[in-house]
Amino acid sequence: MYEYDDFDADFVRARVARFRAQVERRLEGALTEEEFRPLRLLNGLYLQLHGYMLRVAIPYGTLNGRQMRQLAMIAERWDKGYGHFTTRQNVQFNWPRLSDVPDMLEALAEVGMHAIQTSGNTIRNVTADHFAGAAADEIEDPRPHAELLRQWSTDHPEFQFLPRKFKIAITGSPHDRAVTRANDIGLRMVRGPGGESGFEVSVGGGLGRTPVAGRVIRPFLPAADLLPYVEAIVSTYNMLGRRDNKYKARIKITLLEHGPEALTARIEERFAQLRREFRGTDRQMLARIRRQFAPPPFEEKPLAPYEAARAADPVFRAWTDTNLTPHRRADHAIVTVSLKAPGATPGDATSAQMRLLADLAGKYGHDELRISHEQNIILPHVHRADLPALHAALRGAGLATANIGLASDIIACPGMDYCALATARSIPVARGIAARIGELKLEHEIGPLKIRISGCINACGHHHVGHIGILGLDRAGVENYQITLGGDGTETFAIGKRAGPGFAHDEIVPAVERLLRAYLQLRRDRRETFIETFRRLGGAPFRAALYPSKDKADAA
Amino acid sequence: MSRRFTPKIVTANALEEGDVIFLTADDIWSRDHREAELIEDEARARLRLLHALSQPHVVGACLAEARMGENGPEPVRLRDAIRARGPSNYPHGKQEHGLHV
Repeated sequence: MYEYDDFDADFVRARVARFRAQVERRLEGALTEEEFRPLRLLNGLYLQLHGYMLRVAIPYGTLNGRQMRQLAMIAERWDKGYGHFTTRQNVQFNWPRLSDVPDMLEALAEVGMHAIQTSGNTIRNVTADHFAGAAADEIEDPRPHAELLRQWSTDHPEFQFLPRKFKIAITGSPHDRAVTRANDIGLRMVRGPGGESGFEVSVGGGLGRTPVAGRVIRPFLPAADLLPYVEAIVSTYNMLGRRDNKYKARIKITLLEHGPEALTARIEERFAQLRREFRGTDRQMLARIRRQFAPPPFEEKPLAPYEAARAADPVFRAWTDTNLTPHRRADHAIVTVSLKAPGATPGDATSAQMRLLADLAGKYGHDELRISHEQNIILPHVHRADLPALHAALRGAGLATANIGLASDIIACPGMDYCALATARSIPVARGIAARIGELKLEHEIGPLKIRISGCINACGHHHVGHIGILGLDRAGVENYQITLGGDGTETFAIGKRAGPGFAHDEIVPAVERLLRAYLQLRRDRRETFIETFRRLGGAPFRAALYPSKDKADAA
Repeated sequence: MSRRFTPKIVTANALEEGDVIFLTADDIWSRDHREAELIEDEARARLRLLHALSQPHVVGACLAEARMGENGPEPVRLRDAIRARGPSNYPHGKQEHGLHV
């Protein structure tokens, strides 16, 4: 994986020094909050409900053991001993003191990490398929491109004050695990007519108050043209995007207001010009970066320990059934470690858990870790023979929950327990649903299901693309939860549709239970998943289950 | 006709720690919601907020709805209750120090 060179290291350290001076001036009173706010936001520092929150980027979700250990140290030394992993492959610390933040950033810089552009109207942390470089279905590892985008976008002078924030997601696989269509730019690797790799480019996707699927403006862009093309999109948006109304400032609205043809024409015009100006330096840099993403030295050894453990231990077998994904080498597996144990806060890991995962990555996983937008942690390269030992170690730390892709593997934003923007709580809803599913013991019977919860309309919890989406709102000072159905964040992207009137906080878990029971009744057979049943039958039978009394009243 | 004024307190975050603080009647910033000054009059609320906004070691000063309870002002809205107590998933924030309302 990518290691900072001297330029990166000097840049990040200089930025920490500058921010340290800004914090000092703020504490002395030489800077007002109005003056300081944009400066702290450029460095990922928010002011939330209980105090400051520091959001640290994990570029394209990849980190090594040393970096994970440093996150653990930071959490312990300057926070409350845990970190919250987010749907944008960031990690958030909820309790820092302003005076400690420069030291926290310095500790990050020591391991080649930063919090730059995790806020503000800039190009944010580039997100990627969390199985990149390991997945069996992948065309090519997209992370060298993601790293190139990170370097290009970091402190890019033209793009520090965009009309609004700007999100880019990339995947190298035909199976979209990076929710690319919900990003301002979505990049999906495809093969060209001659077998060469390139990208399908979509623009204007986003969730939030106006959920839109990104629109494909280039079905095939040669990989070599990626950087000038992305720059053409962002620079066109920077000129056209609205700055008069925050709610109309994202590129999805620019696309709507100018029309896709006109916008695409302007992007292509700008691209033709930029392509000449990019004299190949970008491609030389890409080649250099690519060498750092060479696959690890995979080991050859007998699979017997894996086969034996599967035959002997039903707990291990259940975990391998849910938490493994096929690796590009059949004798290896991608391991997803669930951060959704019963009672857990989705996405939270303690310092002890982070250290253990770093140790296990060192021992069994070529020192690599990933953070998924689904708020779990991944060891991407584990030899199957090592899985029994890995599983045993995870079990000892409460990290062996076998629920990946199932009903209790819920995405939830921090919600009103932490977030200043939230209108309702998310975490207790996620915990309530997971606890109820545990009581019913129906999780494996129900099978694949994506429940996503957001505590406000900004949709950090991806509720629009949940098979079951839950949106928490404020109705005259009282929490109210709307349900959307049929959303899908993958290559068969769909925005969920609102089922009907919302539910009170104490009604939402029973409402979800009615949906799950309805599915079990309605499905053709055990192989038909929740989303397949929904697509076959539409929303009506699910709405009938959600609102039984209304149904009876209508019939009367 | 203007709407009737509902009682308020002045709240903010401490500049250095970020901790939630409440303005008392004798101009002290308390960490305890129950010690806040409950302001029943709109003009006074505006003055107290202006005073809070002018203070150097305070950030994000604003008014929040409150009502008188047994031991002092209590939050009205859930959001303010969470600020006054701490999050519901961990015993962190003010509830750690027995300061919840």
